Parts: sequence; structure tokens; C-alpha cells
Amino acid sequence: MITVKDLHKHFGNLEVLSGINQHITPGEKVVIIGPSGSGKSTFLRCLNLLEQPTGGQIFFEGVEITSPKTDIDAIRCRMGMVFQQFNLFPHLTVMDNITLAPITHKIYTREQAQNRAMELLTRVGLPEKANAFPKQLSGGQQQRIAIVRALAMNPDVMLFDEPTSALDPEMVGEVLDVMKQLAVDGMTMVVVTHEMGFAREVGDRVLFMDGGNVLEEGTPKQIFENPQNQRTQDFLRKVL
Amino acid sequence: MLSTLMIGAAEVANNTIFDTWWLAIKDQAVAGQLDFWQTIYKEIYQNVLYNNRWMNYLRGLGITLEVSFFAALVGLLLGMLVAMMRLSRVRPLEKIAGVYVGIIRGTPMLLQVLFINFALFGSIAVDRVIVGVIACGLNSGAYVSEILRGGILSVDKGQTEAGRSLGLSNWQTMRLIVFPQALKTALPALCNEFITLIKETSILAYIALTELTKAGDYIRSKTYSAFTPYVVSGILYLIVTGVLTKLLSKLERRLRQGDNR
Repeated sequence: MITVKDLHKHFGNLEVLSGINQHITPGEKVVIIGPSGSGKSTFLRCLNLLEQPTGGQIFFEGVEITSPKTDIDAIRCRMGMVFQQFNLFPHLTVMDNITLAPITHKIYTREQAQNRAMELLTRVGLPEKANAFPKQLSGGQQQRIAIVRALAMNPDVMLFDEPTSALDPEMVGEVLDVMKQLAVDGMTMVVVTHEMGFAREVGDRVLFMDGGNVLEEGTPKQIFENPQNQRTQDFLRKVL
Repeated sequence: MLSTLMIGAAEVANNTIFDTWWLAIKDQAVAGQLDFWQTIYKEIYQNVLYNNRWMNYLRGLGITLEVSFFAALVGLLLGMLVAMMRLSRVRPLEKIAGVYVGIIRGTPMLLQVLFINFALFGSIAVDRVIVGVIACGLNSGAYVSEILRGGILSVDKGQTEAGRSLGLSNWQTMRLIVFPQALKTALPALCNEFITLIKETSILAYIALTELTKAGDYIRSKTYSAFTPYVVSGILYLIVTGVLTKLLSKLERRLRQGDNR
């Protein structure tokens, strides 16, 4: 579904990604772990070109999205993204946050979009918040709405950029539950996270990144119980 | 004092109730024996009531409002365009916008008005109202663009990223997500700019446009009484700016409905 070939990213002289090769298959749940500054968020943000790679290629469903000829907006309609800081639109109600993009893209009529939004809101347990504004909600609620907002576009893949890192500890669970449900429903997911429990439980494949490279990858069992790389071992010893 | 005597019986053109009242105290006025309230009436009669002089203020007010409204419109549209240009990251556009803002902010408005009227439209017959709209609009556009640019820059980068990640184009993200939030931040400064614009149209008196300030000045030249005509003009300005302030703060409250309540 997503193929990454020799992906490089520089910020000025700083090399953040140094030649990443990955293939993500439909339905796969890929969890990316690693220390801060390892390039994992940058890697994720390159997948929908929020960061413009400085070298290499990315293919999504057979289309090279790194080609200047590709309509990136059309590609992004099929890739949902959830941010660490939620990034809900504060001037819009929850309902308008969710329906804005589907209506603008004419994927749904207003009424269809609102029905779909209510359906998704019910699924994350927040149907009564449809007319609230984001700032009236807790962090956990906001992040669940942000997930719904991305899902409302019916994406083929969901990208999560440290979705629980900005949350108070007691709200982490409610967001992870929504993500787990999404995984059970068969969504293709790429998740950058510090939640090792989630990585172990949900991940089909875990990537350990450091210094702009994927140093080690494997099933959660391999990575967490029998890490081969010294740096993976050090990292896991610190966080577990 | 001599000036007050110049309104003789011959100048009482219309026989309204106001003229009758004036005639009743006219002899006292000539003798310089008016009491406080009579003096006030004399001032108002001379500068406002006599010969429908209040029409002069209203006509001036009309022109001030007309010029201000269209200049604000020109300024707002121009300001949006220039703000976009400055933020476009397209070098030539940024440069052009920067030079425009630099020239407008760096030279006196009076000079700009004189230049546009005499240098640009010197040999073409153009309605002075249109000259005024162009001059004030061009001037306001520079300030509005800076206000809007500040507003746009104050919107968190995550908002743009969220919009783009939903497949919205750059322009859609700007229009639907960034701009409404930028406008909310910029509204108090924008309100200030509109009020400034209304007041600064008075500079157009220099190119013989009889707007509200010039209207007051005209009455002064007729009656030689300076106090009342300028106060009347001033009160009319206060009413206009007061109403505008009210309206904009109402709009501001509406835009703030997403904030903590």
C-alpha cells in the first residue's frame, strides 16, 4: 500500500532521515518507536508530504506521491492524519470540524456528512458533543474528535503522530481504546508512539528508529522480548 | 463680535419658527446683551439653522461616509491581496508588496493625496470623490495588509497542517481555516484602522472635497464663528465612529464564540 524507497530528509545541513526503505501492506499496523530526534515523526510526516523529502521516492497505492505531477491533495484525501496537538479548528463546532473536509471535497452532501459524523461520534462515545466547540472539551475528547475528523474522509490508511503524548495520563486510555477498535476493524495504521503497551498489543510490526534510520524491525515479540541491536536494548531498558 | 451683527433682517431668508426666535433677540444681540442661553441659541441659529445650513454638514457627512465606505472596501481587498503576496514565498510578489507598504507607510498621507490628485489625475477630469476613494484606499490597504499579515502569522502552524492533511488545497485551508481565525485576532486592530480611515478622509479637504471637516470650515468662513461649526462636525464624527465601534465589537463577540466560556 505504501512503499518507501531510499527516503532522505535534510533540514539545512542536518540529516534527519538517511535512506529509509519500507513497505506497508494493506491492513498492516506499523508502530514506530525510538528516542526523541530519531526522525520518526519526520518519517511519518513525509508519508503524506507534510514534510517534503529531499531524496528518495514514496509510492501510495501505486502512485508516486513524491512526483511533482501528483495531485497531493487527492492523495491526502485517502490518508488520514492525527496530530500530537490535536489541531482541531477552534472556530468551528465539533460537527463542522468533522464535516468541513468531506463537504468541501463534495464526498458527501451536508446531510450525509452529518449523518456519517454522528455515526462516528457515537462510535467514539461522544455523540452529545456535536455542537460543542473544541476548547470546551478535554484533551482526550479532542483527540477522539480529531480521529473522527480524519475517519470522516474514509481514508485507506491512518497516520498517527504521537497521538497520546500531549494528553494527561488518565486520558491516554480512552484514545488508545479508539485506536485499538480501529485496528480491530482492519484499518491500515502507521503509529508513532511512546506507548509500548499499545505497540505490543496492536502492532503487526514494530520499527525502532534512531539517528534517521530504522535500526531494527520485527514483530512486537521479537523487538520487545529479544532485541538484537544494542541501541534498541538501551532504549527499551529506559522506557520499559 | 462684529461678525454676529452681520446677520441682519435681510438675511433672514425663510420665515421659520427659528427665524422668528432669532428676530426676537436680534436687537439684544446687536447691543451685546445676550444671556447665556440666548448666546447658545445665537450660535446654533447662525451655524446650523439659518438658511438650512445644517444641510451643509449632512452633505459633508454623506461624502465622508461615501468615501470612507468605498475606501475601506478598497483597503480591505487590497490589504488581503498584499498580505497574501507578502506571505506567498514568491520572491517578486513579496518584493512588490514590500515596496508598496514601504512607500505608503513612509510618506505622509497628505503628500499621497496631493500626488494622486495633482500628479496622477492632474490632467484628467475625475470626480474628486473617486480620487479620494483611491487615495484613502491605497493608503489604508498598506496598513490593513500588515494587520492581516500579523493575524495570519498568529494562527498556529498545526492548523494549516491539519487542513492540508485533510486534502484541502492551500487556498481552501487559507479561506476556511486560517483566515477566519486570523480575522478574529486582527479585528480590534482592523476596527482601529477603519476609524482612523474615517477621520483621515478629512485630509481630502486639501483637494477641495467638501467632506465633513471642510463643511464645518465652510460654515466658519460664512459666519466667522469657529467654535460651533467645528463642534458640530466633531459630534457627527463621534456618532459615526461610535456606531462603527459598537457594530465591530458585536462582530468580535460573535467570532469569539469558539473561545472558553
